[in-house]
Amino acid sequence: MQRELKFQREADAEWARRVSQRPGCEGLFSCLQCGTCSGACPLSIYMDFTPRRIIALVREGFRTDALRSKTIWLCASCYSCAVHCPRQIHITDVMYSLKREAIQHRLYPARFPVPVLAQEFYRMVGRRGRSSEFWLVLRMALRSNPLVLLGMFRTGWDLVRTGRLKLRGERVRDIASLPRELAPREVA
Amino acid sequence: MASAYGYFPGCSLKGTGVAYEESLLELFRLLDLPLAELQDWNCCGATSYMSIDESSAFQLSARNLALAHKASHADLLAPCSACYLVLRKAQDYMQKYPQVAREMGSWGNGNLRVLNQIRVRHPLEVLFTDVGPDRLRQKIVRHWHGGSVACYYGCQMVRPYGEADRDHDPVRMDELLEAAGVPTVDWSLKTKCCGGSLTGTAHQVGVRLNYILLKEAARKGAQAIVTVCPLCQYNLDAYQSEIRRDTGQRFDMPVLYFTQILGWALGGDYKSLGFPRAVAGRKTIAQWFAPARTEKEAYV
Amino acid sequence: MSDPHGAVRIGVYTCHCGSNIAATVDVKALAQFAATLPRVVLSRDYKYMCSDPGQELIRQDIRDHDLNRIVVASCSPHLHEHTFRTALKVGGLNPYYFHMVNIREQASWVHVDKAQATRKAQDLVCAAVRRVAFHQPLERGRVAIHPDVLVLGGGIAGIHAALTLANAGKHVFLVEKEPTIGGHMAKFDKTFPTLDCAACILTPKMSAVRSHPNITLWTYSEVTRVDGYVGNYKATVLRHPRYIDEDLCAGCLECLDACVYKQAKVPDEFNMRLSKRKPIYIPFPQAVPQVPVIDPETCIQFKSGKCKKTCIEACGDRHAINLRAEPEIEEIEVGTVILATGFQTFDAARIPYYGYGKYPNVYTALEVERLVNASGPTGGEVILRDGRKPQTVAIVHCVGSRDENTHRWCSRVCCMYSLKLAHLVKEHTGAEIFNFYIDMRTPGKGFEEFYQKLLNERVHFIRGRVAEVTDWELDPGEEGKLVIRAEDTLAGFVRRIPVDMVVLATGLEPRADAPEVRRLFNISCASEGFFLERHPKLAPVNTFTDGIFLAGCCQGPKDIPDTVAQAGAAAAEALALIDAGYVETEPNTAHVEEAVCCGCKTCISMCPYRAISFVNEIHKSRVNEVLCKGCGTCVAACPSGAVRQHLFEDDEIFAEIEGVLSNA
Repeated sequence: MQRELKFQREADAEWARRVSQRPGCEGLFSCLQCGTCSGACPLSIYMDFTPRRIIALVREGFRTDALRSKTIWLCASCYSCAVHCPRQIHITDVMYSLKREAIQHRLYPARFPVPVLAQEFYRMVGRRGRSSEFWLVLRMALRSNPLVLLGMFRTGWDLVRTGRLKLRGERVRDIASLPRELAPREVA
Repeated sequence: MASAYGYFPGCSLKGTGVAYEESLLELFRLLDLPLAELQDWNCCGATSYMSIDESSAFQLSARNLALAHKASHADLLAPCSACYLVLRKAQDYMQKYPQVAREMGSWGNGNLRVLNQIRVRHPLEVLFTDVGPDRLRQKIVRHWHGGSVACYYGCQMVRPYGEADRDHDPVRMDELLEAAGVPTVDWSLKTKCCGGSLTGTAHQVGVRLNYILLKEAARKGAQAIVTVCPLCQYNLDAYQSEIRRDTGQRFDMPVLYFTQILGWALGGDYKSLGFPRAVAGRKTIAQWFAPARTEKEAYV
Repeated sequence: MSDPHGAVRIGVYTCHCGSNIAATVDVKALAQFAATLPRVVLSRDYKYMCSDPGQELIRQDIRDHDLNRIVVASCSPHLHEHTFRTALKVGGLNPYYFHMVNIREQASWVHVDKAQATRKAQDLVCAAVRRVAFHQPLERGRVAIHPDVLVLGGGIAGIHAALTLANAGKHVFLVEKEPTIGGHMAKFDKTFPTLDCAACILTPKMSAVRSHPNITLWTYSEVTRVDGYVGNYKATVLRHPRYIDEDLCAGCLECLDACVYKQAKVPDEFNMRLSKRKPIYIPFPQAVPQVPVIDPETCIQFKSGKCKKTCIEACGDRHAINLRAEPEIEEIEVGTVILATGFQTFDAARIPYYGYGKYPNVYTALEVERLVNASGPTGGEVILRDGRKPQTVAIVHCVGSRDENTHRWCSRVCCMYSLKLAHLVKEHTGAEIFNFYIDMRTPGKGFEEFYQKLLNERVHFIRGRVAEVTDWELDPGEEGKLVIRAEDTLAGFVRRIPVDMVVLATGLEPRADAPEVRRLFNISCASEGFFLERHPKLAPVNTFTDGIFLAGCCQGPKDIPDTVAQAGAAAAEALALIDAGYVETEPNTAHVEEAVCCGCKTCISMCPYRAISFVNEIHKSRVNEVLCKGCGTCVAACPSGAVRQHLFEDDEIFAEIEGVLSNA
């Protein structure tokens, strides 16, 4: 039997304040908890915490719960929440900032495909300037769950026969001009 | 050419979305609108970059905008909705947030305002505003003899910046297609998310979102879906056989780009418009668009 | 050496204000310093100058020491300038020979360093002493108050205010834009929380208005021009033609039946366009006055000139119908005005997500009020536009309220009326009702109990704001229905609830013509557009324009009990003015030195109170000292320095500046 009781030492108010100062996250504390975001979100029914609950967790400072959630990775950035929100909170930006923090501190579920894809994408574009869908999906599958490749054969074949699967990766000529960051960081 | 529209293809249009590039180029050729691909463009970063590193995410856009400025493009067309949004958002946030502007630093030779002067536009809005349904109607050479279609706008083209079209019940694609004689259906899921990259990463979830779209479009009487975004097109197109396996429901629904349909109506070439690239609904596509029939029967 | 001021003899009083001042400012030293200043005859310090003994000090000293100027260094003039001026008056001195120095809010309360605070207080006292020598004796003006009152707006607020004033013996002009009084309340079926029938409690008051000898009721009328000032307003009232003479009409309504239109064709505004009326109509059966109206936009006779005019025939010997009636202009004089123009409801079509106007079975709350009302478009049956009776109904709270995308404010009445509609619809149809809310706001008397009643009636209350009303079908049970997708935040999951009928609880907003009314009467509004009260807590019915009062929702959303209370308050304020008979005007007004005025008219357009007029005969400007509020704009603007202000003359101001600098 699990016990769930939250003590105040787990609530990091200073972290909550820092989140609210990131670009796009200013409306964090004016949330009414009305739930419109969750009602509008097409993915909310799959999330462990609905968008509204994530905001509730963040502003009370429950950092670990928020960063370890699957919610932030299921966000498709469709912005339905942001346009519906009666407080005009940019919930999508809050989600992005939590994703970044989860990656920086390695708090995402291991081998969860979504953050893995993001990281492969980041590496590929960082090196070549353009992404290749084929290699991206391949690398993501190998690093999260290779078995999914088995299910992708049909789709893969469909793409090959219609000439949509490009094996050769594209690249930018002037690689040196690409933005280089040695370690990702938040915009201060 | 300085007077040409700058064209930002993005990674998808060179890969799974190649039909979009093909039909876009063909359509603009038929309309005499010059398009010039942005030289040495880099990936926009889509949702992945912003999930990892905010600063370099914005810088990717800054590089692209700086390239557009260097090439003297007043307008930069981004057909992929994700690219469109990423570029627009970078411009918006550079203006609104000093922290972001500071990070952009050296791009645009230190003058960030030039990056904001580039008008980032979606081709749907360009066709609606710069050409318009009336002018389009005058240039039609082929009469539509296919079925009704459901116009699917997706998310990122209309949200949060409702400049390309409004976010609830958008109509610009409908109006352009109707000007070409194509009947469109009224349905409520025009801007409901297709899941984007989730079909690749959270497969069951992503596929179901597309199943919902296909099902509702069919329920409202559509025989095809018309899209503006390569990822939406791919999601709706590539998984129909899997959906059939899982639910027993057979859609066989062509998922086309609006540029393909308009290009066809204006007399464009079947192959150049990318019709052979479709995965689902190939039979319907052949019936509606394939050259042998159309040239004989539908030519005005 | 002759003193240009004659024998000016100044008394300076430094107040300790307990420890409020004394703890930071060295009051004894200050009093001693003041004694050294020129023309200061005596200087005292005292614990509480505003107290009776403190004031007595002043009164006594004036007599004993022949003082002719008084300076008090204490708190803010806002608090006690009036107190001390009165003390001077009682002591036999003109009250305007007084000047007050604020060494509390401006010194002791804002500084911590004692030496510096005391130094500052000394500078201020020095300035005051120099200034007060230049003060002239001034008299307060008196403006008589005309006893008649104009009440603009004939809803429950206007009706109640008018009746209260009329019962007090005052003559009231009640001007209403619609053909009948009654306002929004006449459209309601029952009122919360008692479920009193709205018409049953309203119509007796409406009749009382009609028959009251002290009320002149002008419906279908508007005020088009207002001139004047408190106590002396002149208003022009435009009376639109009904084409039926009110005095001759007997209210039999036979003309309605006789109209050549056998079927009603015009959308009926009173029934929220859910039914139709004829071109000749009466808004509702209990309308006051009981006189129909002819709508020239839809009447055949007006449009083509070729009607059989069966209405005139039916009227017979009364000859009440006059198709050639012209608009009438009335000019009235009143002393006070009560604005009770009410509100309008938020246009639900502005939120496309809720499908109003797209899906026929999406209604606004006011439309449903008419549906459940026995004299409404469906005779009290709740029948949808497609003829069905609803089995499940959703009531969506906060439509156009608490929303940065539309209106920020909470409209205050919607939670309660949503409870009421839930009850009424359930009573009429037995349907399953779902209320979707963010918070339940039920603060008034009996309101929480009403909520409890609804909970026990098994109405569903889902705490989750509705994101969308859609016809997208996902589940077999949703066929042919409208689906509400919302997060049930309390139970903890997202739900899809198919319903037959959606009721949007639209909020209240300022009327579209509110800016016009504001311009006419020279009053302000806050950012949301409701008329601005003088003080949100202490003066909720007064405006910044003397003599003009507010009542009801034109000042902000509120329910009927609060509206009636506010209307009574506004009437009381008006009565206070009228029964006093006059208002006194502060003499710190501007005046034009005619010898210097060159007639450039710069001051006239500057005046925010329209207090300056141009006297053509002498080619000079003149200030109406009753309208003048002493803001000083014209004084500063005048290029020739012809406009001066009492109590802020140049020599007084320069003396103050010199006083501050001389202590440097």
